[in-house]
Amino acid sequence: MSVENDNLKDRKDVIIGSMIIIFIIYVLQLINLQILNPEYKQHADSNAFLKKTKFPARGLIYDRNGKLLVYNKPAYDVMVIMNEVQEFDTLDFCHATNITKDKLEKLIKRMKNERGYSKYTPQVLISQLSIEEFAILQEKLYKLPGFYIQDRTLREYTYPCAAHALGSVGEVSQRDMDNDPYYSRGDYAGKNGVEKYYEKTLRGEKGYEILLRDARGRLKGKYQDGKLDKASVPGKNIELSIDIELQAYGEKLMRNKIGSVVAIEPQTGEILALVSSPNFNPSDLVGRQRGENFKRLNNDPLKPLLDRPLMARYPPGSTFKVVNSLIFQQEGIITPETRYPCHHGFVFGGLTVGCHGHPSPLDMRHSLQTSCNGYYCWGLKAMMDNKKYKNVQDAFETWKKDVVSFGFGYKTGVDFPNENRGFIPNAEFYNKRYGERGWKGLTIISIAIGQGEIIATPIQLANYASAIANQGYWITPHIVRKIEGEQIADSLLEKHVTNVDKKYFAASIDGMEMAVKGGTARVAQMDSITVCAKTGTAQNPHGKDHSIFMAFAPRENPRIAIAVVVENAGFGATWAGPIASLMMEKYLNGKISPGRKALEDRMVNANLIPSTKTPR
Amino acid sequence: MTQRHVSITNIIDWPTIIVYIILVVAGWFCVYASSYEFDNSSMFDFSQQAGKQLVWIICAGIIGISILLINYRIYSTFAYVFYGAMVLLLIATIFLSRDINGSHSWLEFGPVRLQPAELAKFATSLALAKMMSAYDFKLQGLRNYAKVIMLIMLPMAIIIAQNETGSALVFAALFLVLYRKGMPGVLIILGLLAAALFIFVIKYESIYLQGENLCNLGMLISAILIIITTNIFIFVFRKDKEMVWNNTKATLGIMLIAVATNFFITVDYIWFVFGIIVYMVLALFWKSIRERRRLYALIALFPIVAVGYCFSADYLFDNALQPHQKSRIHVLLGTEEDSQGAGYNVNQSKIAIGSGQFIGKGYLKGTQTKLKYVPEQSTDFIFCTLGEEFGFVGSTIIMALYLFLMIRIVIIAERQTEVFNQVYAYCVAAILLFHFTINIGMVIGVMPVIGIPLPFFSYGGSSLWGFTLMLFVLLKLDSTRLER
Repeated sequence: MSVENDNLKDRKDVIIGSMIIIFIIYVLQLINLQILNPEYKQHADSNAFLKKTKFPARGLIYDRNGKLLVYNKPAYDVMVIMNEVQEFDTLDFCHATNITKDKLEKLIKRMKNERGYSKYTPQVLISQLSIEEFAILQEKLYKLPGFYIQDRTLREYTYPCAAHALGSVGEVSQRDMDNDPYYSRGDYAGKNGVEKYYEKTLRGEKGYEILLRDARGRLKGKYQDGKLDKASVPGKNIELSIDIELQAYGEKLMRNKIGSVVAIEPQTGEILALVSSPNFNPSDLVGRQRGENFKRLNNDPLKPLLDRPLMARYPPGSTFKVVNSLIFQQEGIITPETRYPCHHGFVFGGLTVGCHGHPSPLDMRHSLQTSCNGYYCWGLKAMMDNKKYKNVQDAFETWKKDVVSFGFGYKTGVDFPNENRGFIPNAEFYNKRYGERGWKGLTIISIAIGQGEIIATPIQLANYASAIANQGYWITPHIVRKIEGEQIADSLLEKHVTNVDKKYFAASIDGMEMAVKGGTARVAQMDSITVCAKTGTAQNPHGKDHSIFMAFAPRENPRIAIAVVVENAGFGATWAGPIASLMMEKYLNGKISPGRKALEDRMVNANLIPSTKTPR
Repeated sequence: MTQRHVSITNIIDWPTIIVYIILVVAGWFCVYASSYEFDNSSMFDFSQQAGKQLVWIICAGIIGISILLINYRIYSTFAYVFYGAMVLLLIATIFLSRDINGSHSWLEFGPVRLQPAELAKFATSLALAKMMSAYDFKLQGLRNYAKVIMLIMLPMAIIIAQNETGSALVFAALFLVLYRKGMPGVLIILGLLAAALFIFVIKYESIYLQGENLCNLGMLISAILIIITTNIFIFVFRKDKEMVWNNTKATLGIMLIAVATNFFITVDYIWFVFGIIVYMVLALFWKSIRERRRLYALIALFPIVAVGYCFSADYLFDNALQPHQKSRIHVLLGTEEDSQGAGYNVNQSKIAIGSGQFIGKGYLKGTQTKLKYVPEQSTDFIFCTLGEEFGFVGSTIIMALYLFLMIRIVIIAERQTEVFNQVYAYCVAAILLFHFTINIGMVIGVMPVIGIPLPFFSYGGSSLWGFTLMLFVLLKLDSTRLER
């Protein structure tokens, strides 16, 4: 039978049309899969490529004498790709990794709840297995598809010292990852101290190797024979300016005391010691016990985690008189020969600032020697009420600029991530408090003796000692001296010149020397070395006065400037002074003279922690 | 009858042959690529898939040339003989073949394995062409429909009994041939609508919009679809705009009442939607009686049957399908997330294709197929290798070649003067279209996973020979069109 001229011919168009429509739909789906959706490419890569991260060794840290302080030890993380995990003997696994089944379930749950969790990429399940635990697990790994071991390094410390200065290394937080795409979950980064500030120097650069993996998880060798692999770049080693022996000695002296010791080499700004007390062993914050120890330290009422040298805020007390003596000379308020009366204090109008017994009237050198309060109250009043200034605001701003030029009131720029700037008020501050016409010299008289609104950190005090030692300039304090194959930042070598000319320093330094030879700072005296010092006793609302001491030695070509704060310990001369003195002797002579052993013992053994603060 | 002598090389449809050769060769390269394992085994290693495929290709060439040389009249003359022999072979296979993953569809002759189901398509096409080219045959009346449907369904049923549901479904493609030869298009539309309703009911069977088992989303969508389709029928078959407008008004009114009622007490919206359907059915019957037109009553039957179908779809789904088929459908519909189970194949094949991106990773450089992420990658999932290594460009070119081939066959079909030839040509086109749609559709994740090969491309002798046989018989028949 032959085909008739039927009226169904149009139906071929419907048929061809549906073929074309199907074709178009499929092309659209291909566009969707192959062009619009890069996700499939990533899936394919995570399927086929096992990108094994190669972690670089973190840079080592040495002290100024080349002694190794911080190095690395291996640790092993158990990584898991949930998508590949098959039924496995959980009991066996728990046994090998030394955890309970309960704990395993918790770990898995926690891992799944992490932001950025993916079942296609390796996730950290258990971190930091020791080498022994790793060895046991390694043998069972073939039975555990989806589980991998990732090599890591942990920090190890040769001295149980300088925990605050060195800082610690811990697992990165979500914020770290958001801020720097370099990090992935489970990575480690410096959390504070040098480890944080120099993180990019120390960490090096991660590398990776790309391995091919088939559908059953078997590795099929390197992708393109390793052409696309990237070797890791080890972190750079760092040499600190710390003298670890001096640091250890400082920590020994500060045992059972709350406070700080900061020692700086004046000519270079290099920090020689940076003691924060109470402190802890840096090894406590390494490895699996980190979390627990961190919690314990964080809950300690004595706040051992607080980095006091950089963050604690104290009124500088009488140590502040030296800068005032310098400013009053510079601004022409006094000469070293100017005398002010003081009979057990400064009395004017209804106001009294007490002082202790000493001859009166005094010149400037002797006022520093005896730490006379009256002298500086008169001096400040004379400056604030001086007619050569337009008004008290003008006078105060001049004073303030001079003070700030000694490194007060702003961050010194030290190479630490957490420096506090202290506080020096400006005229505006007092205008707000008292009204523009509501204040004059008398109103703010306590700043003459480093009380009132003035706040400084221990590092600022040490830097201030350094500026006096250098007679008119200071170098940004810094703790890193050398970086392997790299220059340290220019900002750390910057010379800051004070507003006070060099010529005015001699007289004030005379006063400091006299304080040691026959004044309030006698305790700092050493046989062979001329020490210049100033005591301070800072009143504070938290209890007994803080004992403060600032010094440098020797007078000619000073090699060490130091500030010591012992909280709630009373007079500066009693505790902070001896500690500063012993530190200087230890640094300059390398040992403590036999005559001072008793003093040393007394300092080491003293427990000055107020009973209200001791943990119950 | 005048006989003109024309050389077969002059009259044969060369475009088809060229596309056929390109597809077969491209398929061979892809088979090599998908069995290649980074260890440069030769394409001619006859212990490997690529080497074997080369043997199948050479055999296919011999088959093709032989067909062109054999007298074309045997196909028409012996169509029923072929068909009968095929049915017997299919039945015999169930008992003779080994159980391969539950399937009893392979006959083994030493090293060679044959799947008679592949040849059944050819035999059924011949038989269908023979039946419809009979002198007094017209696609009308229940008897003729029954004969044609029986012819198609018989091999289908046996193949289902072999547990090769995928291959069996291919025979459904032959309804397209019936459509071309006069079956009302509305039947095809109803078939597709049935599939759509089925999908909605299954896909949304566990979603309730009003909470607490009220307002099942699958039912709601299905009911709305039924309402719309009914109105389309009214409009298309009766051109009765007034009634469509009335239905629209009634729908809006009932929905207003539904919203108002739900302010006071919670009543399942489904009941109101069914209320609309009941209203339309009553209106249709009323009009049918008043105007004495049977068509209105016929249209009214549609929503009744459709609603019944929807209610039984769940039952059908749970009882008529095998667990792995249910699971595959669930994965396709996205109601079951299981990237390691049934969804694994589709997921991995989408990943492989997607990772090819615009121009692909380059020949033999695909990682997904090399590392065995995609299962059955040389047979049913061969398109993955193509997509991964040749990207969007390569896949689109090959798809375009298939489109060209199918359209070419339709054109060939349309130029036939013999009904036998034309029906047979449409059978070839419909079967190719079905394989193309299902195979590529499943690989790119828009169709359920039904294990049927990509014609000319997939590894395997039976499939290649079956399609070669079909295509070359068509070319031979076509070459006789001027012999008149």
